[in-house]
Amino acid sequence: MMKTNRRGFIKLGLSAGGGLMLGFNWSSAVASIENFSAAATHVDFNSYLAISPEDVITIFSPNPELGQNIKTSFPMVVAEELDADWKKVKVVQAPLDTKKYDRQLTGGSGAVPHSWERLRKAGATARQMLMEAAAKRWSVSASTLTTNAGFVIHPDGRKLTYGELATEAGKLSVPADVKLKDRKDFKLIGTAVPNVDNHDMITGKPLFGLDFYREGMLHAMIQRPASFGMKLKSVDATAVKSMPGIVDVVTFKNNVAIVGKSTWEIMKARKALKVEYEKDGNIESTSDHDRLFKELLDKPDATVRRKDGDVEAAFKSAAQVIKREYQCPFLSHAPMEPMNFFAHVKADGVELIGPTQTPDRARNATATLLGISPDKITVDITRLGGGFGRRLQADYVVEAAELSSLIKAPVKVTWSREDDMMGGSYRPAVRYRFEAALDAKGNLIGYKLRGVGINAGNSTREDNFPSGAVDNLLIESVDHQSPITTGAWRAPITNFLAFAEQAFLDEVALAAKKDPVQFRLELLDRAKQTPIGAIRYDIDRMKSVINLAAEKSGWGKKKNLAQGFSVYFSHRSYVAQVAEVEMVKGNPVLRKIYAASDCGIVINKSGARQQVTGGIVDGLGHALYGQVTFKEGAAEQRNFNNYRLIRYKEVPEVEVHFVDNGIDPTGLGEPALPPTGGAVANALFKATGKRLYNQPFTLQEEMKGVKLEQKM
Amino acid sequence: MAAFSITVNGETKSVDVLPDTPLLWVLRDSLGLVGTKYGCGIAQCGSCTVHVNGNAVRSCSLPISAVGSNKITTIEGLSKNGDHPVQQAWQEVDVPQCGYCQAGQIMSAAALLSKTPAPTDEQISTAMNGNICRCGTYHRIKEAVVLASSKMK
Repeated sequence: MMKTNRRGFIKLGLSAGGGLMLGFNWSSAVASIENFSAAATHVDFNSYLAISPEDVITIFSPNPELGQNIKTSFPMVVAEELDADWKKVKVVQAPLDTKKYDRQLTGGSGAVPHSWERLRKAGATARQMLMEAAAKRWSVSASTLTTNAGFVIHPDGRKLTYGELATEAGKLSVPADVKLKDRKDFKLIGTAVPNVDNHDMITGKPLFGLDFYREGMLHAMIQRPASFGMKLKSVDATAVKSMPGIVDVVTFKNNVAIVGKSTWEIMKARKALKVEYEKDGNIESTSDHDRLFKELLDKPDATVRRKDGDVEAAFKSAAQVIKREYQCPFLSHAPMEPMNFFAHVKADGVELIGPTQTPDRARNATATLLGISPDKITVDITRLGGGFGRRLQADYVVEAAELSSLIKAPVKVTWSREDDMMGGSYRPAVRYRFEAALDAKGNLIGYKLRGVGINAGNSTREDNFPSGAVDNLLIESVDHQSPITTGAWRAPITNFLAFAEQAFLDEVALAAKKDPVQFRLELLDRAKQTPIGAIRYDIDRMKSVINLAAEKSGWGKKKNLAQGFSVYFSHRSYVAQVAEVEMVKGNPVLRKIYAASDCGIVINKSGARQQVTGGIVDGLGHALYGQVTFKEGAAEQRNFNNYRLIRYKEVPEVEVHFVDNGIDPTGLGEPALPPTGGAVANALFKATGKRLYNQPFTLQEEMKGVKLEQKM
Repeated sequence: MAAFSITVNGETKSVDVLPDTPLLWVLRDSLGLVGTKYGCGIAQCGSCTVHVNGNAVRSCSLPISAVGSNKITTIEGLSKNGDHPVQQAWQEVDVPQCGYCQAGQIMSAAALLSKTPAPTDEQISTAMNGNICRCGTYHRIKEAVVLASSKMK
């Protein structure tokens, strides 16, 4: 662990552009620096932790916060091992610093497994140093001392606060090996700790990228081609330039940037912009993709992702073959805060401030664009008003930097909601074909999956369940390259694959005349006894969430409710769900979804419960309503009037359970989403006899005349 | 451009803006009250909800020229110390995930409870259905509205 002296600490803070110690309260850069200096008596123990003689414990949270609650849960881990008083802890979002932190990004539900050990050591190391400082002062052995709630305690009951010991402790050498707490001694981990930004959020403090304002900063919006496959031909900005508040109109690449003094003046002037575009590639529509999917599913050659046994022989000898297809549309990430970024390109360096899931990627892309060294660029990470994968991309950061370099001024580029929904990086549209071969006894002897997608890459997860449980198995994918840009969307690929697979397995279980839960458990037992090929999921953990969900939901024991089951492993965590549908006057009412999750140790009970609940709401909303369709290369849904997000009235009750197994924690930002669509579709089938194959459910033929309600 | 004088959070503020400027952008760009959020610009998401004479209104669709002498309250002015019963309940229930929509949610809830201190489930869902939460905190929103209601008794 790197130890910086006080001077280094101050320098690092300042090089980040000020504001570091202020929790992003940017009244002015000068004020930030002054306030920072006032707080500079902190002793910096390591990258995560500083303690002031006034007993303020500052914990730095490196990873971008977008609602996954990392800004609360990470510091909890440090504070746990430090044995700090949580009430005295101040959490500060760290700016990008690749020397201090690695993997300073938010994506793939990977931060917790990556940092768990590091965070614990950061806290434990400082605690050890504080104990040694106290031992020196009292002339006793450190081993005789204990700590509690921010105090080092002498055997005779005397105690010193961490703040009182900070300066002395900071001068000691950093111990190489420190003892971590036993899990049974955790005081903070596993409790419900409220979000550290709650007060700022509920009082409307500037926290988000869009809330960043600075004296002299210009505003800009960018007109991009409406259709994918088109490029800029000509621009007539004469009318725009003469409109009030407009400073400049700048064209670069396929962008026309309207630069002005206020957001509304730009939004208004933008309507007077005359831009012509010309063809630059394929112009595709959803109807083209629908046709293409069918061709690609029958295409003789595909990329083989996994092949076990002799699939053709198995299907030939089968007593029963089930073959089904499932399709999902493109989705917009639609975070509530549209894309935006502040950039100030100066002669001696670049300042970037805003909401990004990947600050390092944003910096490197900017460095490449401007042809400068990345160390000339600072990135301050604001709170993100949602991300869902959209903010893994650096496009909206780089264009702000490019614009700032062209106009030689500080500028904040804001995307309108329409820009955001039309601007690409969608969840790819995908179609799957599943085939299952059953023998006369209902055993699954063969399994085939082909995924075809539009810029989806590998649209399968070839080593996931039921791979390993079937003797003869073939998994393939075909990808179509399209000008329509796609990107990671919360639980990439599995956000739809899980529905398709779990809905399919429900049909296969029915054909095998087996209970859906029992069917899955039998397959897992098989994989355990005679594993076929590589198995990259933990069979016992998957069984434990299945059993817990079945138990908590009273699976198969409820008279007037139709239950649907689903289980999925993604991003290192396991989640099983049961959806319950009641028929009321001939119409299905989705009453409740039970979830059983295994993410190992739960760090923050409040945050974790909401991650699962929110993941279910998100999974349900998009399964029911979400779609972006294209006409001649342009997205047809452009705002929330026709891109429908789930609302308050549309959520069922949700009940969340966790498996308590003491295993080191894994992420929860994504894993609860994938199983939801399958559980709901399976319950709807049981209630109505109608099978759903395509999303969004509410727009399918099968749902015509069906009035689906949800009630919490 | 035109000069307007409006009452925001009990104070009179003068701004010189285009007459059709939505109140949202006057609050954010001219007055530095950034707690009121931009989400859609077409009154579909509720992120920009403020109170106009105590009623929940989408500020993205209210031009400054129509504000007149009506009293505007934003999230910053809902209470002096962030201790309005709705704000307290939001903290106790730990509602926010990303937090972006929550100011709008709180303003909608506060407007509901000021007129209907003990709302039914149906009244809560009608009042809150116009505010989208992309993270899906609706269960906690419900719990917090019920808690706030009990605090106001």
